Amino acid sequence: MDWQSIMSLSIQQALGPSAVIYCLAAIGLNVHFGYTGLLNFGQAGFMAIAGYSMASIVSTWGLSLWLGIVVGLLLTVVLALMLGVPTLRLRADYLAIVTIAAAEIIRQTVGSVTLVDYFGGQDGLTGFNDSFSALNPFEGRLGIPGLVTWRSYDFWVMTVGWTLVALSCVIVWLLMRSPWGRVLKSIREDEDAVRSLGKNVYAYKMQALVIGGLFGALAGFVTALRSAAINPSFFATDITFFAYTVLLIGGAARVLGPVVGAVIFWLLISALGLFFAQATAGADPIIPTWIMTSTQASLMRFIFLGLGLMLLMIFRPQGIFGDRRELALDAR
Amino acid sequence: MPADATTTGTTAADPSAARQALADVAHEPGAAKPDPILVADHVVRSFGGLTAVDVDHVEVQRGVITALIGPNGAGKTTFFNLVTGFDRPDSGEWSFNGRSLDKVPAYKVARMGMIRTFQLTKVLSKLTVIENMRVGATGQKGESLLSAMFRPMWRGQEKSNTEKADALLERFLLIKKREDFAGSLSGGQRKLLEMARALMADPELVMLDEPMAGVNPALKQSLLGHVKSLRDEGRTVLFVEHDMDMVRDISDWVIVMAQGKVVAEGPPDAVMGDQRVIDAYLGAHHDSELTFEDEQRILAAAEAELENARKEEHT
Repeated sequence: MDWQSIMSLSIQQALGPSAVIYCLAAIGLNVHFGYTGLLNFGQAGFMAIAGYSMASIVSTWGLSLWLGIVVGLLLTVVLALMLGVPTLRLRADYLAIVTIAAAEIIRQTVGSVTLVDYFGGQDGLTGFNDSFSALNPFEGRLGIPGLVTWRSYDFWVMTVGWTLVALSCVIVWLLMRSPWGRVLKSIREDEDAVRSLGKNVYAYKMQALVIGGLFGALAGFVTALRSAAINPSFFATDITFFAYTVLLIGGAARVLGPVVGAVIFWLLISALGLFFAQATAGADPIIPTWIMTSTQASLMRFIFLGLGLMLLMIFRPQGIFGDRRELALDAR
Repeated sequence: MPADATTTGTTAADPSAARQALADVAHEPGAAKPDPILVADHVVRSFGGLTAVDVDHVEVQRGVITALIGPNGAGKTTFFNLVTGFDRPDSGEWSFNGRSLDKVPAYKVARMGMIRTFQLTKVLSKLTVIENMRVGATGQKGESLLSAMFRPMWRGQEKSNTEKADALLERFLLIKKREDFAGSLSGGQRKLLEMARALMADPELVMLDEPMAGVNPALKQSLLGHVKSLRDEGRTVLFVEHDMDMVRDISDWVIVMAQGKVVAEGPPDAVMGDQRVIDAYLGAHHDSELTFEDEQRILAAAEAELENARKEEHT
């Protein structure tokens, strides 16, 4: 058992581009679900719209990457409006149904054979990140030698990504301490009460949906840039649910919840994956083959993740930053 | 705060004058008032086959406390929902301060100066009491997305709103709970908080939906005092209530609803003795013995109805 490499690779994941992506997606969900109480199960759809806009503007139409980013952000706003107009007047569960369906529609559309000339079908698109990697100031492997290092391109994505995370957290913090944020939190608690006090609940929910969607769009850009490729499988439904897991680990309605949640999530999931991979590898594995083979072991991390989530919900349902007093109110 | 009432355009006239004006009003359903703040005409709302509200004409006098009473299912809360924009009538016209409220959404009704509370109190559980109060203030600059991120743009207003909220909390005896979550308050305290929060918007008309429901007797007296104080500072109060002692004690005028219609109006004492009101509450035949013929007639009518229902099922 090589504990050194397990630790090193886990930290690499916990601070790496994947954690950035889930962190940004969870920040968006935090605005939706944590603060406003909107049940968005289609964060992957917002990510896909943004990522594909950026990639196809460059690869298919041969225009600038920066234009692609602007178009991606605009289309994300359009998507949020399209989802919000019919559903935000209805009960919260309708938005959940519509968003999860919309995310799948988007994924199936960009992966379809009919549009293969534009979006590359199931193979997706590549070669759109040249102007981004051209800006990469790093060379060689970077990090803490002997503990954890990253490829220079990954390090560049991380630098940009964590900067975006920091900016997003500042924006969320500024918004949520304001009277505007107070109205959002009030809507989460009771819409009718807020309406009776003269606030246009519908408009606030729409603003929250758009803003949370834009954070999701940032996650979509990073998803495409870190792989230098994009394809429909990057935006499967489980991305949204992992982002919810990240949010709940950190604690909903807390500015830094998604950040800590993402780091812990990726630390755990890669440490568990590596542990079971090593424990079942080789001619004489630590876990005998009659208990599990290495193929079966690759799924163990998800089983343990589920167990961990259950324990979290039992012993610390408010997440890491949450306030237990708030949850006690629900029991009354 | 009496001083504030005048700033909102409320004519903080002497409340006794407003009550005097009611002396000449006929004790009839739909009676015209000298200075109505709320007028409803032909407001109808039905749910499937049930006509919940069918109000021909009703006026609410400015500057007094009007009670809306009636047996369960009389349509009081539905009528409340209709006039405050939380529900839409099938037809009808209704206006507040002379401005039509047809198709005006609930939040705009509230901004016009008509703030309601709810039968089942709606406090914002996971916000502190003071935050609950701050939400109530209207016209906040910091509530628009563009200025929200820049604190200097709303800091001053926030401070004055907080001062106002503190004064109201003091008055409603909630100041000790200032930093507690609203969800940790008792039922009576929630009613107080809801009323105090409504006052943050300086409403001209306060609509209270069963303010006494679930409030312990000790708190009731203080709540009664608070409702009276609303009138004394020049606001109009319309409330739904089942507690007849409260109705008798504080209301200047009583409107009685039964089966969706306004069946009687008048000062509390006159209304309580009104035959139509007693009938509405207790049924028309509560004090006369049924004769054999009457019983037969009722039985036949019931059977005919059942028969009709059966036929309809088959078709």
